[in-house]
Amino acid sequence: MFQVLVQKMFDHLDPVKLIFGRLTWEALPLHVPIVLGTMIAVMLGGLALVAVITYNRLWGYLWHEWFTSIDHKKIGIMYIVLGLVMLLRGFSDAIMMRAQQAMSFGANNGFLPPEHYDQVFTAHGVIMIFFVAMPLITGIMNFVIPLQIGARDVAFPFLNNFSFWMTAAGTVLVMLSLFVGEFARTGWLAYPPLSGIAASPDVGVDYYIWSLQIAGVGTLLSGINLLVTIIKMRAPGMSLMKMPMFVWTALCTNVLIVAAFPVLTAVLALLSLDRYVGTNFFTTTLGGNAMMYVNLIWIWGHPEVYILILPAFGIFSEVTSTFSRKRLFGYTSMVYATIVITVLAYLVWLHHFFTMGSGASVNSFFGITTMIISIPTGAKIFNWLFTMYRGRITFSVPMLWTIGFMVTFTIGGMTGVLLAVPPADFVLHNSLFLIAHFHNVIIGGVLFGLFAGINYWFPKAFGFKLDEFWGKCSFWFWITGFYFAFMPLYVLGLMGVTRRLSHFDDPSLQIWFEIAAFGAFLVLLGIVSMLIQFYVSFRRREQLRDVTGDPWDGRTLEWATSSPPPSYNFAFTPLVHEVDAWWQMKHAGYKRPTEGFIAIHMPKNTAAGIFLGGLSALFGFAMIWHMWALMIVSFVALLAVAIGHTFNYKRDFHIPADEVVRTEAARTTLLANHV
Amino acid sequence: MPLKKYLRGLLLLPALALLAGCHAVLLHPEGDIALQQRDLIIISLGLMLLIVVPVIALTLVFAWRYRAKNKDASYDPEWHHSTMLELVVWSAPLLIIIALGALTWVSTHKLDPFRSLDRISASKPVTTDVKPLTVEVVALDWKWLFFYPEQGIATVNELAAPVDRPIQFKITASTVMNSFFIPSLAGQIYAMPGMETKLSAVINKAGVYDGFSANFSGDGFSGMHFKFHGMSEQDFDAWVAKAQKSADSLDRDTYLRLAEPSEREPVHFYSSVDPRLYDAIMMNCVAPGQSCADNMMGEPSHGKTLEAAGEHATAAHSGSDSSDDAMAGMDMSSMHTANEPKSSPAPAPAGSPR
Repeated sequence: MFQVLVQKMFDHLDPVKLIFGRLTWEALPLHVPIVLGTMIAVMLGGLALVAVITYNRLWGYLWHEWFTSIDHKKIGIMYIVLGLVMLLRGFSDAIMMRAQQAMSFGANNGFLPPEHYDQVFTAHGVIMIFFVAMPLITGIMNFVIPLQIGARDVAFPFLNNFSFWMTAAGTVLVMLSLFVGEFARTGWLAYPPLSGIAASPDVGVDYYIWSLQIAGVGTLLSGINLLVTIIKMRAPGMSLMKMPMFVWTALCTNVLIVAAFPVLTAVLALLSLDRYVGTNFFTTTLGGNAMMYVNLIWIWGHPEVYILILPAFGIFSEVTSTFSRKRLFGYTSMVYATIVITVLAYLVWLHHFFTMGSGASVNSFFGITTMIISIPTGAKIFNWLFTMYRGRITFSVPMLWTIGFMVTFTIGGMTGVLLAVPPADFVLHNSLFLIAHFHNVIIGGVLFGLFAGINYWFPKAFGFKLDEFWGKCSFWFWITGFYFAFMPLYVLGLMGVTRRLSHFDDPSLQIWFEIAAFGAFLVLLGIVSMLIQFYVSFRRREQLRDVTGDPWDGRTLEWATSSPPPSYNFAFTPLVHEVDAWWQMKHAGYKRPTEGFIAIHMPKNTAAGIFLGGLSALFGFAMIWHMWALMIVSFVALLAVAIGHTFNYKRDFHIPADEVVRTEAARTTLLANHV
Repeated sequence: MPLKKYLRGLLLLPALALLAGCHAVLLHPEGDIALQQRDLIIISLGLMLLIVVPVIALTLVFAWRYRAKNKDASYDPEWHHSTMLELVVWSAPLLIIIALGALTWVSTHKLDPFRSLDRISASKPVTTDVKPLTVEVVALDWKWLFFYPEQGIATVNELAAPVDRPIQFKITASTVMNSFFIPSLAGQIYAMPGMETKLSAVINKAGVYDGFSANFSGDGFSGMHFKFHGMSEQDFDAWVAKAQKSADSLDRDTYLRLAEPSEREPVHFYSSVDPRLYDAIMMNCVAPGQSCADNMMGEPSHGKTLEAAGEHATAAHSGSDSSDDAMAGMDMSSMHTANEPKSSPAPAPAGSPR
């Protein structure tokens, strides 16, 4: 098998081929006006950004304060910025699909030919899951976990920076595929044989493989990092059953990441072998089996769904109890519900392909395990309900997202359980009903949770609250937009319309697609409102300033420190006595220490992460385009930088006691002036 | 108050569904299997609404009643546990799931697509003298090829069957995965190269129905649909006779030309067919010189080409233990992969009553 690779390499001994592989001018979208226009716009935008940064002399600041930072808060914020930027990209894909499907009827073929439309829906799925939802989830966990458990940073601060840059490197490759070559045309899970070399000989699937492999390294390492952080670095007194609910859900999510992502890595590696060296793991007629791929990818893919939703559940728990000004109802049962979901997440993957011909007993087993997950999930919903019961609810933006979630997610959960009934799935599988279902839970669950979380923790991160008016606009546009966009898809699913079609013949379907497109437009307004919200809040930051560090009268430890927190988070490690540690401290008459500060031991910035990420992107690019010379050079460079970094002994420093005294004194003054 | 808008929106949902009712093929199918699947959807939804409606209503009621401005509502910041309530919130979903789980187990076995039909419709059982119509289905890039082995004909992008006669589909694919789906007839099943899936179904009313691929298979996917004609016995015979009058015959060379990727192929008929072609497609050995998948693995006892075996593939080999199946651990025993010898007759899925 490896002879094939060697032979391929020697075929390319032609020096131009050795350097450029299969990359030619043809790869640029010079003949596709839409893509060319986008490329020019992105390049101009990028140039403008570079110009602004250079003009304001911000490169040094960005480099020292952000790119090389190992501060978990800054890395968390960078993850969130990455996720929000990619949300714009993923949403552009979405609105293109909605527009195409709304107009492509009968003689009208819409504006996207199939080979382009196929890339758009593949990119939409890949980007939304891997480069929007994952960075946002990881970003919030990164920012919040150390603060909530009273720690100064994560367990492996450098690894954290490295993980971020690996995720960013994967993102760069996905974005590059838009302009150089093409992206996969296979759907977001790239089932073989369609993703095999015979049906997809171009670079699209290779972009898919390498962007996910590289970003996957980041996700896995960040999973290990946060797992260890939660297990080892909790403040004294914080036993497992005294952890905030968000930390519990994050713990379970990271367990899922650590156990599931290696499966993705393995299955993509097998697919790479099939594509690069001619193995036949997934060629049924040559001793392999394509269904093996489908099984493996869903063994990762289903836990992935829970990786996304569990932290969102955690956010809703925090938000509900804070804004109901009441302790979370049924903490213990919430914890066990989360654990049950975590375990069951591994036992349901086959429900994604009941229709591939498994026997009735297998199908029933996986159908029933899937339904069982709805029991702990239902219990959670009830627990949020009873947290609201006899509370004093303020409808701040995070709480609005939470109520929107409880209504929307319940509907999505119901259609999910319906799809878990195998005979029902036989008619609904791959239909727009399914599309409506998973957007119903991913938008209504994951995304609403992330937006609640962003609005909730924003003042902690930046020291001022987000504007309520534009936040509410965003919420109402999003939620009405969601219902307009996806309820018609449920209807279309029942009309027997399948997914991934770029053209329709039956004119009676058109009205539903038009309603859906209108919904997508409302969602666009929701996204724009959110951007305006960020801008307006920045302009009004003095009015929205949070000097107390506790703008919502919070319950958990992150609200005990200043907003934004000092780089060391807590001058003294807090002592925990109860679940809602900060609430209990406030009610027990806690006095903030104002003297006795000592020097604080902290990790030091390093540029190794950004170099490794950059080299990985280069390596991925070389593999995609068969640029064997660049591949070897970048791989050797990767090893060299990684090994070189191990000789860097200047990894830590002490924040001098004076500086801690000054920082804390400033806060004391601020708090005194405020009251 | 905006929250009320929600409520109104929710009340509109069923209305929307009703509005769609007149077109929604899944809610008004004409085949008995699809009809039973429809009933299952409605029963399951009804069961779940028992809990979903109260949850949504309570969410809105609690959010409104316990709003901070409402000073009449009680406030109990430390109330966080009630064993009674916990019992209710865990057991209520549990009870629904027990009911739904039982329903799932029974219906999944009853409606297993690999299982032969035991009824034509709710009031009409299958009698022993009824012989099912066999159709072999091949998903090509991007069109459907249907073999009628008993009639000796083949068609492209058009399927027909007599009303109230069980149809036994055997399904495979040439290159990539597709899914064979006629919503009005029965649920879908994947068409995969090198493997054979099965589907038993019956159409109860004459008419023309849409069929298509329900699994994305590449650029020509959107045009990969066909019409399924439910016909009276006489009309079906006439349809077969029409096909038999076609000047074209489907030998291996014709097939190889047909299998080249093409979009929106017009309907055409073949009056005669190479009888071993379907099996050769599944074994990936249509082209001259290709060796069939079932003897790729080099077991001498099976070391004969399909040509030499001269028998229908499903009966060509016997005595294979289904535990040899790569997927056996997951009970894929009902599915055949081409590279494994098959027992005859095909094993029914474990647990499914014959």
